[in-house]
Amino acid sequence: MLIECPWCGPRDETEFHYGGQAHVSYPDDPSVLTDEQWARYLFYRDNPQGRFAERWCHGSACRRWFNAVRDTRTHQIVATYRTGESAPVT
Amino acid sequence: MDNEFRLANAGRIDRDRPIPFVFDGTEYLGYAGDTLASALLANGVHQVSRGVHSCRPRGILASGVTEPCALVQVEEPFDEPTLAATTVEVCAGLRARGLSGKGALTSRPDPARYDTMYAHADVLVVGGGPTGLLAALTAARAGARVMLLDDQSELGGDLLAETAPLEGRPPIAWVSGVCAELAGCQDVTVLPRTTAFGYYDDNYVVACERRTDHLGTAAPERTSRQRMWCIRARAVVLATGAHERSVAFSDNDRPGVMLAAAARTYLHRYGVLPGRRVVVFTTNDGAYQAAIDLAGAGVPVTALADARPEVPDDLAKACAAADIEVLAGHVVAGTRGDARISGACLAELRDGRLQGHREVDCDTVLVSGGWNPAVHLFSQAGGGLRYDSQLAAFVPARARQRVFVGGAARGAVTLADCLADGARIGAQASRTVGLSADAAPMPAVLQRTPTPSTALWLVPDPSGDYRRHYVDLARDATVADIVRATDAGLRSVEHVKRYTTVGTGHEQGKTSGVLATGVVATILGVDPAELGTTTFRPPYTPVTFAALAGTDRGALHDPVRVTALHDWHVAAGAMFENVGQWKRPWYYPRPGEDMAAAVWRECVAARRSVAMMDASTLGKIDVQGRDAAEFLDRVYTTMMSTLRVGRIRYGLMCRADGMVFDDGTVIRLADNHFLLTTTTGNAAAVLDWLEEWLQTEWPHLRVYLTSVTEHWSTVALVGPRSRTVLRRLAGDLALDNASFPFMAWRDATLAGTTARVCRISFSGELAFEINVPWRHAQRIWTELCDAGADLGITPYGTETMHVLRAEKGYPIIGQDTDGTVTPQDLGLDWAVSKKKRDFIGKRSFSRPDTARGDRKHLVGLLPVDPDLLLPEGCQLVADAELPAPPVPMLGHVTSSYRSPALGRTFALALVEAGRHRVGRRIHAVVDDRPVPVIVTDPVFYDKEGARRDG
Repeated sequence: MLIECPWCGPRDETEFHYGGQAHVSYPDDPSVLTDEQWARYLFYRDNPQGRFAERWCHGSACRRWFNAVRDTRTHQIVATYRTGESAPVT
Repeated sequence: MDNEFRLANAGRIDRDRPIPFVFDGTEYLGYAGDTLASALLANGVHQVSRGVHSCRPRGILASGVTEPCALVQVEEPFDEPTLAATTVEVCAGLRARGLSGKGALTSRPDPARYDTMYAHADVLVVGGGPTGLLAALTAARAGARVMLLDDQSELGGDLLAETAPLEGRPPIAWVSGVCAELAGCQDVTVLPRTTAFGYYDDNYVVACERRTDHLGTAAPERTSRQRMWCIRARAVVLATGAHERSVAFSDNDRPGVMLAAAARTYLHRYGVLPGRRVVVFTTNDGAYQAAIDLAGAGVPVTALADARPEVPDDLAKACAAADIEVLAGHVVAGTRGDARISGACLAELRDGRLQGHREVDCDTVLVSGGWNPAVHLFSQAGGGLRYDSQLAAFVPARARQRVFVGGAARGAVTLADCLADGARIGAQASRTVGLSADAAPMPAVLQRTPTPSTALWLVPDPSGDYRRHYVDLARDATVADIVRATDAGLRSVEHVKRYTTVGTGHEQGKTSGVLATGVVATILGVDPAELGTTTFRPPYTPVTFAALAGTDRGALHDPVRVTALHDWHVAAGAMFENVGQWKRPWYYPRPGEDMAAAVWRECVAARRSVAMMDASTLGKIDVQGRDAAEFLDRVYTTMMSTLRVGRIRYGLMCRADGMVFDDGTVIRLADNHFLLTTTTGNAAAVLDWLEEWLQTEWPHLRVYLTSVTEHWSTVALVGPRSRTVLRRLAGDLALDNASFPFMAWRDATLAGTTARVCRISFSGELAFEINVPWRHAQRIWTELCDAGADLGITPYGTETMHVLRAEKGYPIIGQDTDGTVTPQDLGLDWAVSKKKRDFIGKRSFSRPDTARGDRKHLVGLLPVDPDLLLPEGCQLVADAELPAPPVPMLGHVTSSYRSPALGRTFALALVEAGRHRVGRRIHAVVDDRPVPVIVTDPVFYDKEGARRDG
């Protein structure tokens, strides 16, 4: 599989590693969260059949984290974008 | 007589290069260009092996990678198990024997080389038959960077066995012309003997090239035997052809039963007659030419049974001219014979019943049950299939990648259609990569409109006995086995496959997979389209592990990391331990010492005098930037921003779930400059972890991380006399406790070398960690050896380090922890800041689960028998008598050693509510027997910490 690193361009999948669901931010102040809210941050992730925004890291090259929208049914990566940006497609 | 079935002039073998070979202990003669199968047939050998379960004689059914039963073990030039005789080229020194299904791996080390190539192509063409050749030519003429792969020794595909003229010439002349033109193109790579076996996402195709196997003992020593090709192509053309399949009829497994196209290949490509008297059984037009060609070569064709009620006129006329009796609406119902068939039973098939049985003598039955397009790679690439009832076969439907399928691989039947496909998809593929392409002109070829095949999968048996109607010859699976599966309620062909093992042999069902679908459809009375096929997975053909490994074998399998002092350790006779990729000295045995004695001596030296260890493998991360202190406050449980320049602090890192992830020390070099150490095995993971938080959560923090593990060599100088030794090298550096206290660091010049000296102790003794640039490690190490010689300075390894730290109750993250352990579980509350508003993991410490009082705690264990060394990992239970299972477990032993300081064995363990059990007796299960142990505080030695200041 080819993955389009937003910094380096298309590269082989073996240069990357996976980082789970994207856009799950560390809470501003964990101390004010209930146990359930904190547990949801820690342990709960979406698992859709279809498009999914994920974090990837180009670990064997620029070592940058970025985001990708991937179709979990086909593995096709629909778009990649930089950390901090919102998903260009849904 | 040698080669009695070989024709004098036909075939593409090189008669000037005879090659003797040995099969099952008998010497035969083959020729360059032969496969083992063609050479055996030329010598009249049909039976190659026996069925894996039935032990029935088995011969040669096919002519290429589809062969299900002619399995051999190659013994020379090098052992290789479970190869089809149809894929082994006759070579110098070849010695093989027939196999009943299962080969044997050799114990000899493989002396051959293997390597890997990575390539990019505009257009990758798989298959060098008429379609592939014309596609490659079209793309090459358009200026594309072309790769053409073909699994045979020479290009041409079925044209190698074709006699009908192409452009008025023998087909092979046209093939030679195309090959010559391709060879003259700069950007064209043609690889024969190369099988594309895997098709992955984004047009990534992996192929194996067999480079020297055909040379046998004459293979050049330094050329790789096999080469993996990892190819990324912008467009892929699949011209992979089609596989002929058999029909399930009674005793269809006997030697002498052969696929019709295979017989034609043996005749025209190898100049070999498959037998002396032939019966043909077909469901389609394809087998007629085999019958006519064999008759033309002088072989009597007793009968041609065509299961279709109507026979095409032109073919009937051609058969009549060749004196072949054509029986429309007939089938072969069975065969007789032993090691070779001696006759066949013909019958008329009317309304699903057999009638009018007739016995004929023959030594060969040629079968064609239709053609399965070789859709394996297309399907691997995510392409969908559909059932074509005209062809009685599954053909490519929609593609998911930029791939073009043509020729027999998409269901084309005639040569004219295959050639037209090649030109068309070669141009299409070129255009998709941005080249303007014209289809190469079609060579003139005879046109003929084929008549549809009939979908006959199974010849009914009047007695209802289907135990010898073979579907998968590789697995010895019959129609009776499939009936058993459907009787058990199975409907899916995937389930039938697993129940019967059909399609799980070495060739993965190339002749049996679709046939099984057809048989299941017949039994259930449904359309094969409803059932589909089983999944096509890589590899298309078997690939050796050696080829997959390439050069990544032996010392090159995984990088080995050694410290700057490695050569010294080797010269000192150290035994080594692998820690991640690092080689670390484990212990340094003296002559006559075993491990226990050496470790005992090293421990005593460290506790009583002075010892030294190479600690260079500790992970080291340099942290700089305006927000470095803030960042470290967030990632460590410990407060780091209050650390003064010149001082050192122990730090723990947790995951957000509150579980301990790593530990180490933090040195403050300047206001905005720190140096962290990590555990040896976790250095890369810690750097990744820190980068992840910086980049994804806190990109506004100005912090820069650099791995400096290999910049700094670290020598731990340990023991009550370590200060004495250091003083001899340190010049005017003040080493007294007041000037240079515990957990401080000083820059110094030691024996003329700039060093950073840290007062850190992982043993509880007075100790110094001396950091010097990697290149100066040898010098500082030998200077220390010399300076401490009169005090008996002793090098020690990781085992002694472990004993010393365990005596002090210092946990090793990853050994005494497993990702389910909090700092509180370890008794390290003191390293968890109460003042910081937040840090990674903090919120989790108040989760109900992490706040439980009965969590497992790190405690010490003293076996009641002071000589008993508990095995690490052994389970802990409450009572001396094991109750009936399930036995409640209290925990397990994480570290266990003999302690010179204690004069006995001891252990660390994670024990449920362990701190509340201190002083109590529990039991460790050793060899299934509970033995008593006393729970203790984890600190066994110098609880007051009096020794760290010397």
